Amino acid sequence: MKIAEKKALKRESIIQTALQLFSTNGFHKTTIPDIATKLQMSVGNLYNYFSSKDILAQEIIKYTSEALGEKIRVVNMMDVSAEEKIHKIVTVYFTMAQDKPEMIEYFLRVYLSNREVFKDGCDGMVCVSGFITEIMIFFDDSVSSGELRNQDFFSAFGLFMGYLGGMVFLKGEEVLPKGIEFYIDDISRNIYNALKA
Amino acid sequence: MFITPKPTLLWLQAITCNGNTHSFLNHPDLFSILSHFEIVHHPSLESSYTMEDVINGEVPCDVLILEGSFIDEGFLKAGVEVSSLIHTYATKAKHIISAGTCATFGGIFKQKDPENISGFCFDLEEKTSRYDTYASKLISLPGCPMHPKWMSYVLLMLAANKKIAIDNLHRPVELYGYTVHTGCTRNEYFEWKIDTKNYGLKEGCLFYEQGCQGPYTRGSCNKILWNDISSKTRAGTPCFGCTEPTFPKASLFHTQTNMGIPAKMPLGVPRRAYLTLTGVVKSFKIKRFTTRLLEYDE
Ligand code: SF4
Ligand code: SF4
Repeated sequence: MKIAEKKALKRESIIQTALQLFSTNGFHKTTIPDIATKLQMSVGNLYNYFSSKDILAQEIIKYTSEALGEKIRVVNMMDVSAEEKIHKIVTVYFTMAQDKPEMIEYFLRVYLSNREVFKDGCDGMVCVSGFITEIMIFFDDSVSSGELRNQDFFSAFGLFMGYLGGMVFLKGEEVLPKGIEFYIDDISRNIYNALKA
Repeated sequence: MFITPKPTLLWLQAITCNGNTHSFLNHPDLFSILSHFEIVHHPSLESSYTMEDVINGEVPCDVLILEGSFIDEGFLKAGVEVSSLIHTYATKAKHIISAGTCATFGGIFKQKDPENISGFCFDLEEKTSRYDTYASKLISLPGCPMHPKWMSYVLLMLAANKKIAIDNLHRPVELYGYTVHTGCTRNEYFEWKIDTKNYGLKEGCLFYEQGCQGPYTRGSCNKILWNDISSKTRAGTPCFGCTEPTFPKASLFHTQTNMGIPAKMPLGVPRRAYLTLTGVVKSFKIKRFTTRLLEYDE
């Protein structure tokens, strides 16, 4: 394996470990030595990859946003109706919340709750554009095909993503009486009904 | 001493508003350009033959300039189908220049009878039945009207016997290789996604709200300025895309968007690339772009 490839793998494993620790123990309670210990590497070496905890936090949000964006991109490429795409996007989101809860938890509990960490470098949509771009493409396609009603981007985005985020938050708080996959059909229908032309 | 005769130039009009004739008359060096040719007939300049001679098919013609939309039957001059006149001279000519969007793609007058009216060699972007016959000598100068200097570029290149590089719709690459967006004084505002608050202001870009088609319209309006002074977009009016086969479109002062996303992307730019870039750019607020360039007294 080439050195560059090795480094890329190491970088990714740091991101995944830090993601896990930040989302379970909280951003402020997790230290760089905690992450290094879990990875069995030295603190000094970890700093070779990420020069500060804030920068690591910013790279993680980019990483999760890209990962989610890639999955939605696959849905966007499918030749199916907007209604089906909504169902697929909701499924992607909830499946991720189920299988890799740290990904979504990170967004809700670290990214949205510690704005000061992200203010320099992750201004506005800079670090979440991988995900937002795919949602934009989904909206654009569905409005031009006449399936969804044309409106301001944020009124539609808030309805869609606020809803999904809220459900995952409730899941994290353990207040949902049923597993999150139980809600996929109803929520998809609600979103479609709210946005359809 | 032996003097090579000047090439003969015939300007023929079909269904037209005279816009291209007028545009060309505004050229500051009109007579010096025309001095390279013998004007055998022109709708508004003194010429060596009358319209009657033209109709009789007696006039020599090296360079044929066509203005106006084309129809096979039903548009007559002095009892003669203009289409047959055009065929007569197009056959004789060494070069055919379609002046303006009507003669090139159909343009405004096509709206009257979209089935039968078209450009001479193109119907919108499709080739007409005449294309194969005349393609080898065809140069397209779309625009509503075409810029006078686009015409002079072509005429002077022909007079100098130089080859003109053209694209698939026969437009000179030198003139239409660019988009109208190239050279617009509002480029910085476009880059940082700052829309203008009104027409005619110096600040802001007209792409996001006011319907500017500059980023996907071919033409050099912001490189070769109108009246050597300005352009629509510099002055604060959206580009209407008048050089495009799709011209005219409806609601020219309004950008069509799908949930806030422009329905038409800049030429050749993939939507994913555009949205990624603009999403990032929109996240920054740059003070210089949010203040007036000049403070005017109220
Ligand atoms: S006004 Fe039009 S041509 Fe000028 S920068 Fe904006 S989009 Fe481009
Ligand atoms: S700015 Fe646009 S509409 Fe105006 S003349 Fe140029 S191409 Fe035509």
